[in-house]
Amino acid sequence: MSAPAIHARGVRVAYSGGEGEVLALDGIDLDVARGEFVCLLGPSGCGKSTFLNAVAGFVRPTAGSVFASGREALSPGPDRAMVFQEYALFPWMTVEENVAFGLATKGVPREAAGRVVSEWLEKLHLAGFGGRYPKDLSGGMRQRVAIARVLAIDPEILLLDEPFGALDALTRRNLQDELLRIWAGTGKTVLFVTHGIEESVYLADRVVVMTYRPGTVKEVVPVALPRPRDPSSPEFNAVARRVSELVMVEQARQEEDELREA
Amino acid sequence: MRRHLASLLRALAVPLAALLAWDLACRAGLFSPLILPSPGQVLRRLVAYGSPLIPYDPAQGSYLAWLASGELWADAAGSLYRVVLGFVLGAGLALPLGLLMGAKSVVYELLNPLLQVLRPIPPIAFIPLAILWFGLGNPPAFFLIALGAFFPVLVNTVTGVRNVDEIYLRAARNLGANEITVFRRVMLPGAMPYVLAGMRVGIGIAFIVVIVAEMTAVNHGLGYRILEAREYFWSDKIIAGMISIGLIGLAIDGLMGRVNARLLRWHRGIEG
Repeated sequence: MSAPAIHARGVRVAYSGGEGEVLALDGIDLDVARGEFVCLLGPSGCGKSTFLNAVAGFVRPTAGSVFASGREALSPGPDRAMVFQEYALFPWMTVEENVAFGLATKGVPREAAGRVVSEWLEKLHLAGFGGRYPKDLSGGMRQRVAIARVLAIDPEILLLDEPFGALDALTRRNLQDELLRIWAGTGKTVLFVTHGIEESVYLADRVVVMTYRPGTVKEVVPVALPRPRDPSSPEFNAVARRVSELVMVEQARQEEDELREA
Repeated sequence: MRRHLASLLRALAVPLAALLAWDLACRAGLFSPLILPSPGQVLRRLVAYGSPLIPYDPAQGSYLAWLASGELWADAAGSLYRVVLGFVLGAGLALPLGLLMGAKSVVYELLNPLLQVLRPIPPIAFIPLAILWFGLGNPPAFFLIALGAFFPVLVNTVTGVRNVDEIYLRAARNLGANEITVFRRVMLPGAMPYVLAGMRVGIGIAFIVVIVAEMTAVNHGLGYRILEAREYFWSDKIIAGMISIGLIGLAIDGLMGRVNARLLRWHRGIEG
C-alpha cells in the first residue's frame, strides 16, 4: 500500500467568534487513498467546508495535522486544486485566460499552455467558448470552466466545495457524470463536499458522514456499487437510506440549534 | 429608424424651446444686450473667437496653422494641456499609492489619517498657497489640477482594491500564484472598475480646477479669456467661452466613457 493522498489526524479547528470560541472541527481522523473518490456529507455548519479548506491550506488547524501528497498542508498549493461553489472564475479574464492562469503561474511556456488549455476545453465541451467572458456563460458552463482550470494544472488532489449546489438538477447530473468520467480517466484523488445524500451516494467510493458542531466523523459509509450507478435501483436506495438515517439525526440537531438561537 | 427619430426629437425638444425662449426674450428687448446677448450674437462671437485674426498669408506658414490661429484654439489647447498634464501627475501619484494602501493595511493605517484631513480641503482653497509656492503661470495650475484629480483617484483605488472578493484571492493562491501575480492579475484588474470611476470623477474635477486656476494664476486659457471678456463687458464672448468649455468637458467625459467601456468589457452591466 502506498501512502494515502490525504492523511488527517486529530484535526481541530476553533474560531474565536463574537461569543467566545466556536469549535468547527474536533478530532477528525481521515485517510483518503490515492485515486479514491470521497464525499464529505453533513448539514450546513458541520465543518465539512472547513475541513476542505484545511486540506487546501486556507485554514490552519488549531490542533492536529493534515498531510496532503506526503507534505503537511500549511499553505495553498497547486497539488491540491479547489473548485468553489461560486465558481470563482476571474470575471476580467476570458475562459481561455482563466484556464491558463494556473499554467502561467507555473511558468509553462505560452504555446505549451495553449495546447493544454484547448485540450481541457475540448474535454469539457467548451471548445468555441475560449474567447467568452464568464458573465456570458450559464452556471453549468462556468463550473465546467472552473473544473478545466484546476485540471489544467494537473493536481494530484481535486477538492470540490459543493460545486454543483447552485445548478439545476439536469445540469447537476450532467456534470456529475462528467466529473466521474474525468476521475476515471485521470485517476485523481477527489474530496467532494456536499449536502446532497443522493449526490454523495451517486459519486463516492466512501461517504464520510459528519456530525453537527463540533464537526467530527460520525461514520464512514462505503459505497460498493459498480458505476454507472442507478439511483432508482434497490441497492442504491439501501445505501442512500443508511446515509440518510445518519445524516438526518445531525440535520435535526442543526435545526434545533437554529431555533434556539432565533 | 422611426423610433430613433422620435427619441432624437424628444431629446432636442427642451433645448430648442429654451433657445427659442432666449431668442424671443432678446428680440422683445427684455434684456440689455450687455446683460444677455441674443443666441445669434453669441454664435457670431463664437465663430469670430475661433476664426483667424489676420488674412491668410502663405509666407507666414501652412494653411492649417493659419486656420487654427484663432484665439479659441490656442486657449482650448492651453487649458487641455494643463488638464491633461495635471491629471497625469495627480492620477499617476494616486494610483500606485492607492494600490499600495489598498493592498497593505500598514500603509493604509499610516497614511489614511493625514489624507482624511487633507481631503475635505477644496483644491481651490490651495490657490493662494499655490501662487506663493509656484508663482504665476502653468506650475501652480499643474499643482492645483493634480491635487483635484489626486483624491478621487486615490479614494476609489483604495476602495477598489479592498473590495476585491476574497474568493478570487483564494482561487489565485490555490492555483499557485505568488503575491506579485495575485496583485498584478487579480487585485489590479479587480479594482479596475473603481479606479476608472475615480479617474472619471478626477478628470471632471481637474476641468473645474483648470478654469478657476486660469481665472487667478494663469494669464491664458479659456478661464482667463472669459474673465478678461467681463472686463470689456463682452457678455457674448463670455457665453461663447462658456459654451466652448462645456463642449470640451463633454468631449473629455465621452472619451473617458469610451475608455471605460473598452477596458471593462468583462464587467456586468457596463454601458458605454
